[in-house]
Formats: sequence, structure tokens, C-alpha cells
Amino acid sequence: MNNDNKYNNYYKKWEKKIKQGIIMSILFTGVGGQGIIKSTTVLAEAALSSGLDVKVSEVHGMAQRGGNVIGSVRIGRKVYSPTVEKADIIFSLEKLEALRNLNILNDGGLVLINDYEIVPVSLFFSKQEYPKNIIENISKITKNFILLPANDISKKLGEPKASNIVLLGKLSTFIPIEEKFFIKSIKKNIPQKAVEINIKAFKEGRKY
Amino acid sequence: MEKKELLTGNEAIARGAWEAGAKVATAYPGTPSTEILENIAKYKGIYSQWSLNEKVALEVASGASIEGIRALVAMKHVGLNVAADPFMTLSYTGINGGLVIISADDPDMHSSQNEQDNRYYAKMAKILMLEPSDSQEAKDFTIKAFELSEKYDCPVLLRTTTRISHSRSIVILKSRTEVNKKDYTKDCKKFVMIPAFGRIRHKEVLKRWKKLADYADNSKLNKVYNSGDNKDIGIITSSVSFQYAREVFSDIDILKIGVSNPLPKKKIKDFLKNRKKAIIIEELEPFLEEQIKAMDLGIEVAGKKYFPQFGELGLAALRKAREIFFTEEKQKKRDLGLENIPKRPPVLCAGCPHRAVFFVLNKLKVRVMGDIGCYTLSVLPPLNSLDTCLCMGAGVGQTLGMEKANPSLKGKLVSVIGDSTFFHSGITSLIDNVYNSGSNLMIILDNRITAMTGHQANPGMGLSLMGQEAPVIWPEKIAKAVGVKNVRVINPNNIGEFEKAVKEELANSDFSVIVARKKCVLLDKKEKNFRIYIDMDACKSCGSCLKFGCPAIEFRDDSYTINELLCTGCEVCIDLCKFGAVKKKILK
Repeated sequence: MNNDNKYNNYYKKWEKKIKQGIIMSILFTGVGGQGIIKSTTVLAEAALSSGLDVKVSEVHGMAQRGGNVIGSVRIGRKVYSPTVEKADIIFSLEKLEALRNLNILNDGGLVLINDYEIVPVSLFFSKQEYPKNIIENISKITKNFILLPANDISKKLGEPKASNIVLLGKLSTFIPIEEKFFIKSIKKNIPQKAVEINIKAFKEGRKY
Repeated sequence: MEKKELLTGNEAIARGAWEAGAKVATAYPGTPSTEILENIAKYKGIYSQWSLNEKVALEVASGASIEGIRALVAMKHVGLNVAADPFMTLSYTGINGGLVIISADDPDMHSSQNEQDNRYYAKMAKILMLEPSDSQEAKDFTIKAFELSEKYDCPVLLRTTTRISHSRSIVILKSRTEVNKKDYTKDCKKFVMIPAFGRIRHKEVLKRWKKLADYADNSKLNKVYNSGDNKDIGIITSSVSFQYAREVFSDIDILKIGVSNPLPKKKIKDFLKNRKKAIIIEELEPFLEEQIKAMDLGIEVAGKKYFPQFGELGLAALRKAREIFFTEEKQKKRDLGLENIPKRPPVLCAGCPHRAVFFVLNKLKVRVMGDIGCYTLSVLPPLNSLDTCLCMGAGVGQTLGMEKANPSLKGKLVSVIGDSTFFHSGITSLIDNVYNSGSNLMIILDNRITAMTGHQANPGMGLSLMGQEAPVIWPEKIAKAVGVKNVRVINPNNIGEFEKAVKEELANSDFSVIVARKKCVLLDKKEKNFRIYIDMDACKSCGSCLKFGCPAIEFRDDSYTINELLCTGCEVCIDLCKFGAVKKKILK
């Protein structure tokens, strides 16, 4: 699937908006353990080294134990609030969590979804099913979404844990920050022995 | 070139302590404050330690301050309740080396039992309080707090909230300033608070209060942001609310309060001069609002009229308020029907040894007085355990109270408490049970670490914050030493043996302690040479394994399976299945 034609003006539009002083808000979501906080850090430090102002918000504690996790990154010439009111992009490492957070998607906003399901444990013991029609429901709310098999891609690369970086690669194509700053940030924030494979994962996501 | 880094508020406070030349730092872990000490421990030149609880942490820091060096103590908001005793009188004695107390409040209770507003503590103690609004200020204010503490002979409270502590923003790093140790001179009238000296010191506190008020009025930490043509209205705000206000009310002048105790009343009065209305934007209690109203400025002062007194504020809450008082067009809200999608509550990990404990207690239908830690999650389905959870240590005392209120509950009362929590505040209530002839059962859930806050060392581990070896303190030895006759140590994942022990201890007439000892599964992951599976030919689809609530036991398309990736091989579910359908297969 190549969405470049449909979304190729997104990068340029935001390059202009940021110059005008508008703040870009990205909401990160998924399930504890998927690398959400790491994703926010890599984006935020790329923004920092590209010379933009940036703020990140994350919540620790009880949420980590298999619960849903939310983080946000806001970038611009000057950023005030660390939290998001309306997200210009939703980055979700899990399908159900993408749907759950759609209510804060900005008009014209974009949703990046990892084509991956993690069944909430509470569904097992209440003998309920994981919703089957998530993508259908999402498409009723917005047409601006990209479904990407980040887990399959990272597995093929031999690093199943890098699915967050695959999706981040795709995200990077919509954010007015040059690729080299992302690479620099990956080198800084990923353990040395996994840097190379994560850069591969990032590039795979970028070209998807 | 100056070095810029993206730091959380907590990392910035740690950096600030280091740059300010602090030499001792203490804390008890508690979200959202934990990372302050974890980060301080990475710097050379500061001695840091986990204390047993916040009271001891503050006392250790105060001792270091009296000896003449700069000391910092960090805690979550409810931690200051534990430390309130030394805290209140430290205001009287004052300090020698600078003493900074961090209170990390948790509006919206992301990981807390209440959302109390600790700004009132500073007011009650009549000490200086600073409130940063981002990470740069978290660092700068920490450094300033040490200077002010020494200048005014006053402990300084630096109050953050979860959004300040856990948000990252850009911080400019500087080098450390070494601060010479001050001399200690014995001074009974200052540090020995007998009534006669206390009376003298109280008067000093009142004198200091006036000086602090002057400082607040002239401090650059309280800053006016003139931005609008609208001079009828002025906004007064502090902490993260300032950031929200700058975005939503970019057309209105703002006074940002950095020194929020004592309030800069003269500055506030000047700011509001010739204005018709003051809007106060603050999370939780109307701390600023009530004091500004009491100044009787003859203009309308409004705050909680527009903003909730609970939870966090945010851009949306401010936007909503703006729509009301400017009668602006409301942003359209679409109903997306997302309310009914399945929730994803946090759960105990697969293989967590706490799960077996609560499964057994449920089965035995006993009342369980709880405590604070990962195991508090056992209140959620399917375990649905716990009758109470009040604060750290409380369950052990509550159990004794219930027993005294209703002796017929004998054999049906259990308190549970974690290992770190036991050291924090369970020992005193354990002794209370022994002293007052309690006959209930106390279960210490000893997973060999402080797990909930992200795996910090504790006195049971033989390891200090700075990574040094420490004596191991065993809860069962403490229990025996204070006179408990029935003390057992059992691995709760041996669920049959554990159940038998609980039954026996509930049946005897004395107070009993069971130490349920099994290492936190996150620290105990081993390569396993077997796999656990469900034999669907033997399975009767009774669903009883699901009642265990293990994330590795899955039910899909009318079939039960064990998720191999999640299963840690604790084998408890093998014992739970009456039909022997859960099986173990050795892998070659």
C-alpha cells in the first residue's frame, strides 16, 4: 500500500504551519510494554535536534501493567501545554486503542494504526470477544487512516520488539523534521546492539 | 555551546539538586516522584538513599541540613502526610544547610489513593513554596529553593504535579556549583523544641513570614505576561495551568505565580489594578482564589465557578471555560459512540505471585484489609478481592479494629501488606496487634522488591539505592522478635500448601503472620524448558481457569489456550484445573 499520493501534502502543510507558530500535536497510544514511551522520546529528541521546541507528556505507574498507555508529543516554534487537546496525528500500536482515542482526532487529522490486536485480559474472563469490526468503525469516523503491519515487518527483520520504530518510520514522513534527526535520535535512545536493526525498521516503515 | 536536553520535571529537579551543590538526598518511592532520587543517584557528589518511609527520609535530610550541607527530600503528596510531623516543626527550627522538600502531587490520581492539594501544607507550616511550570523551571526553582532556604532559614517546599514531574521539555544544563559546608554550632534554642524554646521559635516563624511576603512580592519567579488588548480581565495561575492558559488565553494578560506561599499580594494587587475581573486558573483546590478573594479588591474574582475542583485541567477544560465567559461559539462535539468499546484495565502480570494469594483468600471467603502496591489491582475482576485500601500500613490496624468491633469474625479476618509497605508502615501496626492481643492473620506479600513504582530497592533486598550491599532485613524475623508465635514463610505459587497454611493460621487463636515469599515475576524470568498447555480433550469448558485472571490464559472462539509468549511457567493453573486439562510438556 502506498499512501504517498493521498498524504504527500501533509509534510509541506505542517512545515508551513509550524513556521506560522502553530503547534503540531501527536498522540501515542497502545498497550503497556509496546514501546510507546520510547516512541515519544525518539520523536521528541529528533524535534529537539532539528531546532524546534518540543514537549512530551507521559503517564507512569498503574497504567503500565497491561493497561492502555497514552503519551503525547507537541512540536512547534514555541510549545506551552505538554498535553494534547486535539491530535493532528494519532499513532496507535494497537487497533482497539486507535478506536478508543478517535474522539480527540483533529479535523483533517491522520491516524496511523499498527495492524495488531492485543485482547484485553478482562475480555477473556468475561468471555467477551475482541471487537471484530474495528477498522470498519474507524473508517466510519475518518477516511484519513493508514493501517500498517508493523509487527509483521519487525518480525521479518528479526527484531519483533521494533514494531514501534517501524510505525515511527511511517510517522516521520508526515512530520516536518528531516530524516537525519530521527536517525540521530534512534542512535541516542536505542541500546547500542539494537541500533542497526532499529534503523532498518525505521526505514522500512518510512517506505511502506 | 550550551547543552540542551529534554528532561522530565523529575530529571530536571535531580539535575537542579546536583547543580546547586546538594550533598544528601533521600526519598521513599512514590509515583509521580520516584525518578527524582533514581536520577540523583546517577550523579557523583551526592549521597542518596531510599529511606523506610517519608518521615524518616525527611528526618535524615534534616540531620544533613543541620550539619551544614544542602539536602533534598522527595515524596509523593500522600508521603507528606507521613512526614507531616517533622515537617511542621522543621518550620520552627529552620535549617542550617539549605533544605528542599519536593511534594509531587497527583491531580486525577493516575497512581494514588487521593488527590489532596499539598499547597495547604506550606500555608499551614508557614514556609516558602515554589511551583515550577515546566522542566526548565523545575531545575531553576530547585536551585533557587536552596538559596532561599539558606537566606530565610526556612525549609522550602517545591510542589510539582504529575504533569510537571512526568512531562519532558527542554532544559539548559549548567555545571555544578560546589557549596562549602556550613559550621554546625550547638544551638538548643533553635533545634531543641521544648515548649519554652518552641514559643521563641514560633515568633521567629511569624517574623520570617513577613520577610518571605516581601520576597514574594519582589521575586522574579512571579511574572507578568502582557499579551492582550483586553485590560478588563487578568488571569492569575500557577504550575502547569499556566501552560494551558498561555495557549487558550493568548489574548489576555497573565500573572504566573511561581512563589505560591506566601502569596505575592502586592504584586497581585498591582496586576489587577484597573481591571474588572480576575480569573484564577488552578488545579484542585481554590488555594489562590480564596486568598485573592480575601484581599477584598472590589472586583470580581472567579475561579472554581468555571473550572472543576477535581482532576487535572487541560486545554479542553480551559477552552470550555472560555466559551462560557466570552459566550463564544461552542466547538461542535461529535458523538462517536466510543463509550461502549471494551476497556483495558491494568492487571497483575502473568505469573505474578500475588494472584495465587488472592485466589486462595477469595476461595476461603475471608475479609481482606488491603494496602497499597501492585496487589491493590486484585480488587478488579475477576479476583474482586480486598475490602479496604486506605493508605500504606492501614489494613493491619483496620483488621485489629474489626476484630475488636466484632469478635465473631474470628477466623475470617486477614490483612495483606507488601514487603516494602511492611517496612514503610506495617511494623508499628504489627506490634499493635501483638500488644493488644490481636488474633487475625497478617500476610506479608514479599516479592523481594518495591514493584509498583518500578522496582526500587528496599531493606529486604540487601541492596541500597546507590547499588551497594546492605544488610538483609527479614520480615519474619521482625515478627518473631516482637513476639508473634505463628510465623511461616511460604511460596504462594505452591497454591495447595499455601491454602492449607492460611486455613490453619486462621483457625488458631493467636495472631499469625504468613510471609508469602516469591520474587516479582518481572525480575524472575527464566528460560523454561517446558510449556504449559490446555488439553482440549480433557477440558470441560467450565471456565474456572479464567477466574484466576492470568493474562496468559486466553479464551477465544469457545476454546481455552495458554499464550506461550506470556506464560512464565508458574504452573499454578495446573493445580487449579479439577479435570487435569492444564498440562505441562517438557521440551527437548
